[in-house]
Amino acid sequence: MSLNRREFLGAGAAAVAGTAIAPGIRLIELASARSPEDAVSMQQRWGLLIDSSKCAENCSACVSACHEENGVTDEGSPTTDAQWIRKVTVKNPTSGYSHSLPLMCQHCESPPCADVCPTGASFRRADGIVLVDKHICIGCRYCMMACPYKARSFIHETITDQKADAPRGKGTVESCTLCVHKVDRGDGTTACAEACNKEGHSAILFGDLNDANSEIARRLKTEASQQLRADLNLNTGVRYQGF
Amino acid sequence: MTHTNLFLRIRSWLVMLIATVMLQATAGIVYGDGHGNSRVPMPSTETAKGEKCVEPEDVMKRKHMEFILHQRDKTMHEGIRTKQYSLKNCVNCHADPQTQSVLGKDGFCESCHAYAAVSIDCFSCHTDSPEEQDAAVSGTVFGSIFDSNITK
Ligand code: HEC
Ligand code: HEC
Ligand code: HEC
Repeated sequence: MSLNRREFLGAGAAAVAGTAIAPGIRLIELASARSPEDAVSMQQRWGLLIDSSKCAENCSACVSACHEENGVTDEGSPTTDAQWIRKVTVKNPTSGYSHSLPLMCQHCESPPCADVCPTGASFRRADGIVLVDKHICIGCRYCMMACPYKARSFIHETITDQKADAPRGKGTVESCTLCVHKVDRGDGTTACAEACNKEGHSAILFGDLNDANSEIARRLKTEASQQLRADLNLNTGVRYQGF
Repeated sequence: MTHTNLFLRIRSWLVMLIATVMLQATAGIVYGDGHGNSRVPMPSTETAKGEKCVEPEDVMKRKHMEFILHQRDKTMHEGIRTKQYSLKNCVNCHADPQTQSVLGKDGFCESCHAYAAVSIDCFSCHTDSPEEQDAAVSGTVFGSIFDSNITK
């Protein structure tokens, strides 16, 4: 019965997507159609595939889009301002070849942040999204120290004018949520991926790693990719290509 | 013996009398016309949007905190995003059309909490204004699983 409903919803979403977005993306929409009263499940594992060879060195559209979507504001303190996503430049010291890539929470399967969290505020949702439950975060920042990617920020200031979809407040830690509100809505994409496509780079692809028919799973199967700090065996949900 | 009995009887009558008076007094405050002889500013519970709340009013008065706190954990951890008890949805309906807020002296949530001496920190993170795209507001038909709780 729930399968029927899901199929039905999926068909509706696909029909809408078919008119709006390029073909191929439909499959992701299909997989993401979950009705609001259904809990997330391990059937999905959301992730990103980032092709750094397509990422333009002087472009930061993903960063602005992320911070716009989630109401991450500049509090005038560059050393401590929250960064949910940032551009880093990597350079090969011998050849001098350098290129840039966006870095955010890698949504690990075994997240060190969750391991060290004393209250259980850092956790991994069944569908692979690593989040902070700010309702139980005490602001101790152990997770920030444990994260090998330095992907988390602490809020030092009183925040106003938050987005309805992204509550934020002083004294808690936060990081990329993989646009969880968009994912749950069935948008089938994230703000950063959308912005990158709009800029014409298409360096960021969002999708379900568990769905063999999704574009992301197909590309991971047929093209070379890697995890950052693969030596740590964290099985990240964000994968990289092109370096 | 008998006068102990009489004493007990008088005492129980007194207790009942006091209880009745107190009950009426509280009822007068809670259900008063808003200008009663209260020394504390009365809560302002005007709601511009929607015809009725997500549960009958008397249930909401007593149980709204349970509903939203339960919903909070469901949404955070299981990604369940039903509208009925969503905090966003409360704010969408209950924000004052003038101030666009549920806070402030006459704000729906704050005025009653001030009256009842309740303080919540929810709006240090959550926006107190309705969402921009307004199609989001949704009332839900009463009843469902909570019907059994309504009988007093
Ligand atoms: C430190 C910041 C913070 C505080 C304080 C806070 N929340 Fe939240 N709340 C969040 C975040 C972040 C989310 C996740 C938003 C999402 O994924 O859409 C959330 C989600 C929710 C949700 C689910 C989404 C919705 O709108 O229905 C509810 C309900 C909720 N919170 C209730 C509360 C209540 C009640 C309080 C006060 C007792 C509170 N929150 C205080 C940060 C906070
Ligand atoms: C569809 C619009 C709508 C939504 C959504 C909604 N309400 Fe209401 N609510 C109303 C209306 C209309 C009333 C009754 C009129 C009044 O008292 O303002 C009401 C009454 C109430 C009352 C009783 C106020 C009194 O008279 O003392 C409380 C408490 C309340 N709502 C809390 C909430 C909470 C908490 C939420 C979110 C879970 C919520 N409401 C969601 C429309 C809504
Ligand atoms: C009719 C008066 C009234 C209105 C209106 C009202 N509240 Fe309350 N609220 C209370 C009372 C009284 C309590 C305390 C109950 C208790 O402690 O048992 C409370 C408690 C709460 C709590 C739990 C606090 C805690 O720390 O446990 C939350 C959350 C809450 N209210 C949210 C809201 C929101 C959001 C709104 C506006 C949409 C709202 N309330 C409107 C009377 C009201």
